[in-house]
Amino acid sequence: MYINGIAGISAQDENSIFSGAPLKYHKNIIPAVYPDFKEFIPAMALRRMSKAVKMGLTASKMALKDAGISHPDAIITGTGQGCKQDTEKFLESILDNQEGLLAPTSFIQSTHNTVGGQIALNLKSYVYNVTYTQNSGSFESALIDAQVRFMENPNTQPVLVGGVDEISSVITSFLYLDQQLKREQISNLELLKSKTPGTITSEGAHFFVISAKPYTNTYAELIDVTLFGAESPEVVVTRLNEFLIKNNTSEEDIDLVILGNNGDSRYDHFYNQLQKGIFSNITQLAYKHLSGDYNTVSGFAMWLGCKIFKTGKIPQSLKINTTEGSKPEKILLYNHYLGENHSFILLGTP
Amino acid sequence: MTKGVAITGMGIISAIGNNVGENFKSLSSLSHGISYPEILDTVHKKLPVGEIKFSNKDLAEKLGLKSGHSFTRAALFGAIAATEAISEAGISENQLKDTGFISGSSVGGMDMTEKYYKEFKGSEENRRFIQAQHPGFTTTQIADHIGFKGFVTTPSTACSSSANAIMLGARLIKAGKLKRVVVGGTDCLTKFTLNGFNSLMILSSERCKPFDENRNGLNLGEGAAYLVLEDEEILKGKKVLGRITGYGNSNDAYHQTASSETGEGAYLAMNEALKSADISSEEIDYINAHGTATKNNDLSESRALQRIFGKIVPEFSSTKSYTGHSLAAAGSMEAVFSILSLQHNQIFPNLNFQTPIKETGLYPVQEGTRKILKNILSNSFGFGGNCTSLIFSTNGE
Amino acid sequence: MKMSDLRTELKRSIIEQLNLEELEVDDIANDEPLFGDGLGLDSIDALELIVLLEKDYGIKLEEPEQGKKIFVSIDKMAEYIEAHRTK
Repeated sequence: MYINGIAGISAQDENSIFSGAPLKYHKNIIPAVYPDFKEFIPAMALRRMSKAVKMGLTASKMALKDAGISHPDAIITGTGQGCKQDTEKFLESILDNQEGLLAPTSFIQSTHNTVGGQIALNLKSYVYNVTYTQNSGSFESALIDAQVRFMENPNTQPVLVGGVDEISSVITSFLYLDQQLKREQISNLELLKSKTPGTITSEGAHFFVISAKPYTNTYAELIDVTLFGAESPEVVVTRLNEFLIKNNTSEEDIDLVILGNNGDSRYDHFYNQLQKGIFSNITQLAYKHLSGDYNTVSGFAMWLGCKIFKTGKIPQSLKINTTEGSKPEKILLYNHYLGENHSFILLGTP
Repeated sequence: MTKGVAITGMGIISAIGNNVGENFKSLSSLSHGISYPEILDTVHKKLPVGEIKFSNKDLAEKLGLKSGHSFTRAALFGAIAATEAISEAGISENQLKDTGFISGSSVGGMDMTEKYYKEFKGSEENRRFIQAQHPGFTTTQIADHIGFKGFVTTPSTACSSSANAIMLGARLIKAGKLKRVVVGGTDCLTKFTLNGFNSLMILSSERCKPFDENRNGLNLGEGAAYLVLEDEEILKGKKVLGRITGYGNSNDAYHQTASSETGEGAYLAMNEALKSADISSEEIDYINAHGTATKNNDLSESRALQRIFGKIVPEFSSTKSYTGHSLAAAGSMEAVFSILSLQHNQIFPNLNFQTPIKETGLYPVQEGTRKILKNILSNSFGFGGNCTSLIFSTNGE
Repeated sequence: MKMSDLRTELKRSIIEQLNLEELEVDDIANDEPLFGDGLGLDSIDALELIVLLEKDYGIKLEEPEQGKKIFVSIDKMAEYIEAHRTK
């Protein structure tokens, strides 16, 4: 599987990380840097759309343009929390009006597969279309579905795969109440030094066009993806060894690892143990201090991996150890959230 | 004909029964489960629903859960149905570790979100339900309770969610990525969905009449159902209840909630299912239709059926006339009903039907019918244009 | 209420309820078709207008199809409201 088109909308704009000037924030809920949606979506459609749909549809069109494809053969989307703004709107109107007279638009827009549905409508595309909502494993689930397509038919035409999540005023604020977010407001660049529970959050959309063959502009080979449960770092190590063996890869073959450390003192030990052990001699990168943590943020990590292959640059702002590296050939991504939905994604140079 | 993926266990809880046996009894005796909301705390007491008459407390007791648990109603349903399925398939605790679990849900734990939304800020008591808003939380609760440690995920494509779960499970086994997977879905009645569908003016104030000229909307339902799918290699002489021989997924790309007049998405999904099963339309013996009884779906689906089957549409019925429309769980519930049909050579009729739709003149099966059944087509169409069709076949010894 | 006031009120409500952010009251002609060609509203908008009829004017439609004849244009909507309003 080869990644031939990418697009990302996040708290960092297109160039901030790779130009050495990542955007700084001093709040725990960070809105994304939005492109001009009107360039991609007609006004009569745009008027109803939540941020998730606007970001998802726009990132999809950008990725398709990047790959030079107008119609993908499948549209597979991951979203952890779906269209929260519309969910909130409809739910509040139910609760405030005692289930009285209710307007339907926000209900219609709240279903989790709205993004996938709107992409199909916009492209007038009848192809295979599924949405996954498995918390922080949503994006990986979408990748695995795509992977099965390529296993079923090695001549599969390019497919569109992506992840999207949005912030909303009330439901996102609940994350403070159950300690998913840090109580104290911090500067994002200090996140990984933090010793308190919770993390910071943001939103974003990351879409990829995946094909059976590489082209001249291919960013990376998507070698394998896996999603699993693990109660302890030891289980993660066991799963990692199985994953590497299955892909004829040894620890030494991995040049760079992109980790999902999010500054949550309760759960970063999953990463720390691997950092001290199996990954101790390779370049280690982290990213959630730049992107925030949200259910489909591993899409941001994959976007980073692709950009690293394409530019040959490893931005200093991502480094969390001193091991130097350049021109990586194999990049491993590892992520989990609250100790659940652990995932590995293995990328290789095209 | 494609050999298909083996089904070795099934489990279900619905408005017509708490397990497979009870559901079969109800279907055979034409006993529907449509009533008025008693457990759902809603002002709409006169809207018929397929409600399961157990409180969350009753369900938690059945599962032996301790007080202070974090189960959503959909997770309670899911745990009960999944337990029945793996018990029938004889899956050991050790085997569960590498068994996949794919459970579709449309609103997941929304029952808890709507209950505590206004309280979260002021009180610590129920904050463990903050995460319930997303469907994956419900799936993970079921997975943790049962002991699934491998690939766990949640398709969420509205009313076709569990059908897509079944399709993905079958594909994973055929591709060799998994040896065993439990697939299906769960959804419960919520104020959110009841009021949502009501605002679209597609709920009926009577028991629904699928495929009838005078149909005027659907009845919402709730419940959960799962199938256990296993690879040939590990069957070891286990009883095979039936096989998934075909599947197709297509998007209608017409409108966010309404289906196109020509039923394009439905037509393409059914076509793809037939192709993947490598059978012709003549070999379909019965269709378990999506048949929600809305003006729009039943006409659109009927047109798609006529496009696929031509002048002679096989016998068909909508079992939603028994259970109501259980949203994400519908596809897997109807999968269980389809397997029951295959096992007993029995078609469960379309209740409440009197007059065929003017534009199509199609008559669904109106009485319990005995017929040799080899291949059954089952449809599930959801908001967002998601259309999925599955074909279930006998084991073909 | 003066004829022109109701029409203006309707246009304002429609712009707000249907999120027609780019439009002003003067952009909608009284006899312009609201659906299809013209303003280009769709069936979801029709449901929103049914809610508006009930919320602001106390007119309850039982069937969504009834909306087709009423929501033809601002003029037609205003005429219907004047004849049937209970608020």
